[in-house]
Amino acid sequence: MSEALLPPIGMLAELTHRCPLQCPYCSNPTELMKANRELDTETWLYLFRQAADLGVLQVHLSGGEPTLRRDLEQLIAGLSSHGVYTNLITAGVGIAEGRIEAFAEAGLDHVQLSFQGAHAETTERIGNHRGGHQKKLETARRVRAAGLPLTINAPIHRHNIGEVPDFIELALSLGAERLEIANVQYSGWALVNRDALMPDRDAVERQMEIVGQAQERLRGILNIDFVTPDYFAIYPKPCMGGWARDAFMVAPDGTVLPCHAAHTIRSLTFERFGDRSLAEIWTDSPAFNAFRGTDWMQEPCRGCERREIDWGGCRCQAMAIAGDPAATDPACVKSPVHARMGMLIDDALASARAEKAAGNPPEESFIYRRIAATTQLA
Amino acid sequence: MTALRERALVLLDSTPSLPRHVRIQFDPVRQAYAVLSPERVFWPDEISLDILRRCDGRTSVGAMIADLTAEYDAPEDEVAGDIMTFLQEWADRLLVRP
Ligand code: SF4
Ligand code: SF4
Repeated sequence: MSEALLPPIGMLAELTHRCPLQCPYCSNPTELMKANRELDTETWLYLFRQAADLGVLQVHLSGGEPTLRRDLEQLIAGLSSHGVYTNLITAGVGIAEGRIEAFAEAGLDHVQLSFQGAHAETTERIGNHRGGHQKKLETARRVRAAGLPLTINAPIHRHNIGEVPDFIELALSLGAERLEIANVQYSGWALVNRDALMPDRDAVERQMEIVGQAQERLRGILNIDFVTPDYFAIYPKPCMGGWARDAFMVAPDGTVLPCHAAHTIRSLTFERFGDRSLAEIWTDSPAFNAFRGTDWMQEPCRGCERREIDWGGCRCQAMAIAGDPAATDPACVKSPVHARMGMLIDDALASARAEKAAGNPPEESFIYRRIAATTQLA
Repeated sequence: MTALRERALVLLDSTPSLPRHVRIQFDPVRQAYAVLSPERVFWPDEISLDILRRCDGRTSVGAMIADLTAEYDAPEDEVAGDIMTFLQEWADRLLVRP
């Protein structure tokens, strides 16, 4: 280790894999866990206390759909009693009357609500959930009425990239403080659906222009965060702010991981909360130490002046595309296999053209996220 | 639809406050003050902390300037410039309500 180990700041808690939606870009693993593998209330509360003691200041409550946990109010109250900043990441369908107010009462700090499309038809087609859009609009209204700050999250891909201006209008009309225009990251279900989701180069360029202008125009009115599309990038993102550097995630069964796709690196073994404490896992787990800092790097990262800016990019993307989790992220122009990104874009676009020529509607090429669908994958 | 809100400008008689989604908190693990916001945690330096702590919805920017000029024993126009720039930046990121 080239630098002292610092305590983690953030934690993503995937409370459940259950979800009423079936987004083909979902970042959950393709092997979804059933409800009977989820940690119980007690264990989550115990884990949260350890997280706070370890130095975690911010917890993102996510899933699946975290509001399907009937104990969510209790979990929020637990975190808030330790002074932890809590952010609820929800799809916003089917939240029972009175619950949002109860979350606020329990000490929830912020809500992030996803919209699959800026229009009802898109939202329903991508999430495969009838009436979803209307329910989300209603959730946004209730969030604001409960006095909670709101971020709208828009995962972007080929089928909604043209709606970016409408997403901006939507966020404004809902009274959101923040909008995330988040180009889909190709891991989990998104990797399975990559050909069906990849946008074309012109659309990506147009999107960047629109977002750039809107950021200017809406300064001080709406914060627009832009998550760039890796496959079109020159440099990679500092994935998770660097492997095991200031954040980690916990899966529904208590497995502690450096990021949500880390399980795709089969050479690593991940430990479960309960078998060991969070502090032990954070400091000692071989999986956490595997790519921490810069000592593990090979060339070109090892000698690169950006190595402490992007930490070599995403380990899971290196695994998926270069076949080596210790390789330079192929999104980086200096990666010897950077050209594969362009080829994968071309492949995806060719397959989209073929589908279109055959007259197939786009959703027919989606593998929707659901437990049964896993069998289609092998 | 777009004209629902406007960019707020920081003026001498503004009385800035922290919005509900922003919180200053002492972190016992790191022995430092943290500013918590939806996606980010900030570690303000001494002067930023002195400004943010005065964002209580009652103290005017003018009063902050007078206060901090005395406290830091620095030229008033310099302090005024620093405070106005800092607050406008934070207001533009919706972290301070002017
Ligand atoms: S991405 Fe879609 S399917 Fe996945 S958890 Fe979120 S709402 Fe559910
Ligand atoms: S070579 Fe490695 S460290 Fe340098 S920019 Fe590329 S990914 Fe980042």
